[in-house]
Amino acid sequence: MSGMKPNIYFNKRVAVVGAGLTLFRRRIWETPQEMSWEAARKALDEAGLELKDIDCVVIGSAPDAFDGIHMKGEYLSHGAGGIRKMVSRVFVGGATGVMTPIAGWYHVASGLCSKVLVVAEEKMSPGRPHPQAVFKYIWDPITEKPLNPNLIWIFAMEMHRYMKAYNIKKEDIALVSVKNKNNAIDNPYAQIPAKITVEDVLKSEVLVWPVQLLDISPVSDGAAAMVLVGEDQARQLTDTPVWIEGVGWTLDSTGWPGRDLAYPRYLEHAARMAYKMAGIERPYKEIDVVEPYDPFDYKELHHLEGLMIAKRGEAPKLLKEGVFDRNGDIPSSPSGGLLGVGNPIAAAGLMKTISIYWQLKGTAGKMQVKKPVHTGVAQAWGDLMQASTVIVMRN
Amino acid sequence: MVTGLKDEDLKKVYTVTYKPNAKYGYSAGQAYSVFLQGLKDGKILGRRCNKCGRVYVPPRMYCEYCFRPTDEWIEVKDEGIVMTAVASFISWTRERLETPEIVGVIRLYPSRDNDFVYPGLFHRICTTYEKVKDMSIIGKKVKAVWKPKEQRVGSINDIECFKEVE
Repeated sequence: MSGMKPNIYFNKRVAVVGAGLTLFRRRIWETPQEMSWEAARKALDEAGLELKDIDCVVIGSAPDAFDGIHMKGEYLSHGAGGIRKMVSRVFVGGATGVMTPIAGWYHVASGLCSKVLVVAEEKMSPGRPHPQAVFKYIWDPITEKPLNPNLIWIFAMEMHRYMKAYNIKKEDIALVSVKNKNNAIDNPYAQIPAKITVEDVLKSEVLVWPVQLLDISPVSDGAAAMVLVGEDQARQLTDTPVWIEGVGWTLDSTGWPGRDLAYPRYLEHAARMAYKMAGIERPYKEIDVVEPYDPFDYKELHHLEGLMIAKRGEAPKLLKEGVFDRNGDIPSSPSGGLLGVGNPIAAAGLMKTISIYWQLKGTAGKMQVKKPVHTGVAQAWGDLMQASTVIVMRN
Repeated sequence: MVTGLKDEDLKKVYTVTYKPNAKYGYSAGQAYSVFLQGLKDGKILGRRCNKCGRVYVPPRMYCEYCFRPTDEWIEVKDEGIVMTAVASFISWTRERLETPEIVGVIRLYPSRDNDFVYPGLFHRICTTYEKVKDMSIIGKKVKAVWKPKEQRVGSINDIECFKEVE
């Protein structure tokens, strides 16, 4: 497969050699800095490195207003191991969690840094009475905010458009929530693992029809970290490096009312970029395990289609057939995803990337998928139906 | 290992609370100022790029794709097709609403059924929860219900909602 790689010149191949997570919880007592420190220290420990070995630090965090602290990258930097190092913070809304390791990747692939610590953090609990109010400030202040929108509106609008365009039923979508919350039972970091039924989802509180309470990931606090190194370092550190073989990201326009929401075009663009780099021509055949972004249950299906793992409108059918179960042909969100593990925004996307890393390393414990895995993909999504980030890894 | 708290536990640990008093006055700029004046006059105005043909509603003075100035103002119809519609039982602060608020996206004319991009507005839709629930409102033709002229101030709220055309 590597023979099909396009003619893109990189200074170095990049490997993942360590990762760490905090528990994901609704309200964490520790400060954002303390959470970052715990995740970063764990990642260094798994890599067998000390902070002095790290050249560069990449921090990822979503809107400052959640933690309630501006210049969050700078604020987090000492807990994230950034003091007196080259530090940057990346932000592409909910897609930040996968953008953070992508940014770490180009620090190493370019030859600029040889060992990079990547840290993502989000604390959504400080906002009172509910972090939902913070989302009002992502909308256009002239043409949208005067309508008093809440964030769930835009998801509900996209979900209903997707359902209408492809004739998809709510009970088919609810199966994602059932699968992911059940998968999370085997994830020691998970916030809301549960055995639920489709009926439970359909009977839960109606928030913004067609979205109900159990269609949505929870409000969460948490941090995640990862260590990336160049190929010259990787073999010295571990016998089982996991390689980042493709990355892709795209931002579409904030003009979401002016384009069809039934299909995430921007994700297809991001996926094509990552697949081209990794030499993937038939994603539905070549990808062994996937962690698509699932802040809402329909989003996992929408993203599996944008990733071209399922044809447009056909992800629900494959889900029903068990293709995406942990012991299925293409396990999807074997970690339990955001619906089961929790959704501290940037940390959640990095958690998905770490889940794929652990699957490919064979250290996912009870989360490990049944089939042998060689190629894995993690994806995140964000902003006003705009941004997607995709990372392809191989062992 | 981090410590998860329950809501009531927050009273037992040290917390510092603060309420920012942030107020903003957002200026409407080149394109939206004309758009808002149009709403006040009972018109929905867009900008057309003559290179790619795209009509921007809400308007932009530049074309996002061609990255050149858009060429002219055009009045689009205050009618279009409901692309999606939802019924909100929660407010923007997540308080429960007894009567749902119904909002959605309207693809305005001139546009065609298979367009991927089009002049589109996010707005309220005056319809019933039942029609949202069974999705029958999606795909229907709707028309703007304007506030009386003397009540219009140059705001997106100068349109009350979009209502089904029989």
